[in-house]
Amino acid sequence: MDPKDYRFTKEHEWVYVDGDVAVIGISDYAAGELGDIVYVELPEKGSKIKQMDPIGTIEAVKTVADLYSPVSGEVIEVNEEIVEHPEMVNGSPYEDGWFIKVKIEDPGELDVLFSYDEYQDYLGEQESEEEEGSEEEEE
Amino acid sequence: MGEKKTPLYNTHVERGAKMVEFAGFKMPVVYTSIVTEHNTVRNKVGLFDVSHMGELEITGARAAEFADYIVTNNVDRLEEGQICYTVACNENGKVLDDLLVYKFSDERVLLVVNASNTDKIYAHLLKEKWDDVDVANRTADVAQIAVQGPLSKELLLKIPFCSDVADGIETLKYYRFFAFHKDGKEVIVSRTGYTGELGFEIYLPAEFAVDLWNELLAGGAELGVEPIGLGARDTLRFEASLCLYGNELDEETSPLEAGLKWLVKLKKGDFLGRDALAREKEEGSKKTLTGFEIQGRQIARHHFKVKYEGRVVGEVTSGTFAPYLKKSLAMAYVESGLPADANGYAIEIRGKDIEAKRIALPFYKSRAAD
Repeated sequence: MDPKDYRFTKEHEWVYVDGDVAVIGISDYAAGELGDIVYVELPEKGSKIKQMDPIGTIEAVKTVADLYSPVSGEVIEVNEEIVEHPEMVNGSPYEDGWFIKVKIEDPGELDVLFSYDEYQDYLGEQESEEEEGSEEEEE
Repeated sequence: MGEKKTPLYNTHVERGAKMVEFAGFKMPVVYTSIVTEHNTVRNKVGLFDVSHMGELEITGARAAEFADYIVTNNVDRLEEGQICYTVACNENGKVLDDLLVYKFSDERVLLVVNASNTDKIYAHLLKEKWDDVDVANRTADVAQIAVQGPLSKELLLKIPFCSDVADGIETLKYYRFFAFHKDGKEVIVSRTGYTGELGFEIYLPAEFAVDLWNELLAGGAELGVEPIGLGARDTLRFEASLCLYGNELDEETSPLEAGLKWLVKLKKGDFLGRDALAREKEEGSKKTLTGFEIQGRQIARHHFKVKYEGRVVGEVTSGTFAPYLKKSLAMAYVESGLPADANGYAIEIRGKDIEAKRIALPFYKSRAAD
């Protein structure tokens, strides 16, 4: 598994497509921004989820974030290991720290997601916006 | 108003710290990970740039007496070279700030105040000031580095900066300080901190800060020293159940409610807020600061509601997943008179009532801290 093959959301989730199954997690950038993750709440196996609906919660020492689903479908597996050891998400966001697997309902939904390169550009834009923002504040 | 920078700003940026605005200063919030930094201080030694803290100096014939009028604790009874933790209250007995008072002599005391309150307390002192005392705000000229953790003393004894004062550091007791001169300028070393561990705080001229910081990093390499950001500073003080102004303390809260009864010396001479505090002591406080252990790993954050048998009885002031104790804990105000050390409590976390056990503070106490 190589993140260069993943697709990404604006909310910093990634999805790796293996046939009709989507493996879902959060990006390295998101894990870094959240900091030490101490709790994750995941949807139940068998539940139906919709693209970009909030489906879980990620709690870090300093902040809390919602988890959004990059695709619609049925949850067929959840990563119980990150429930027990949430720090795995920080340690290995693209592999061991995956969140859920979803049976994809509509592969067409994947088209609206970023490619790896598009996501990197998006992060670059966000960072430069932030810098501009802080300069304005200083004036 | 632009953001202020401490003398160590570039050092933090070069090391890759994540910088945030705090109390008007650009400060490092985390270098690597809050949890890692937290446990470095619990197990080894960490360095904190706390140059944003305010230093207000009172001088004059009745300097200590004036400070005694401003704060609730007994400054008069401090020996020279002794420090007290205390609060300054308004006339209603509510907390304007929590602070340290360093007594050099009856004619000179130093107040170390929260960065977020420096301007407020400076203005307060000028307003209350007696004719025979002077008040000066030294914040901009004074850097402060905190060295905290079980290996902090060992580290200080290793560095050239402290080589002339090794005996002083070796024998320095808890809440005591000494001053010495370097290149004709005053440096203060105190056995104080905000982590619950053995630790020291060093006040020095801003132009010495980078050199001392680098000496501490180099000298402490084999001890495992790391720079620590404000994120871990907050989790460390939280685990040790030390109050944070703006969370546990504010102008709506009295020191008696905050569990700081030991700071309020009603029998000393007159001081600001005394009448209100005497009344509160007699009538009893309306709310009480207490601890909670939350079932599971969710975090009860500032302002989350506390319930007892289904009824809202208070509010969380600080909460996190304590990195050393590895429990989800919270400090909260609840109505006075409810059962302590008991079940039946819950904290509402994102719409759900999560069971929480009321427990006594502090959550953590190091045997070596004092």
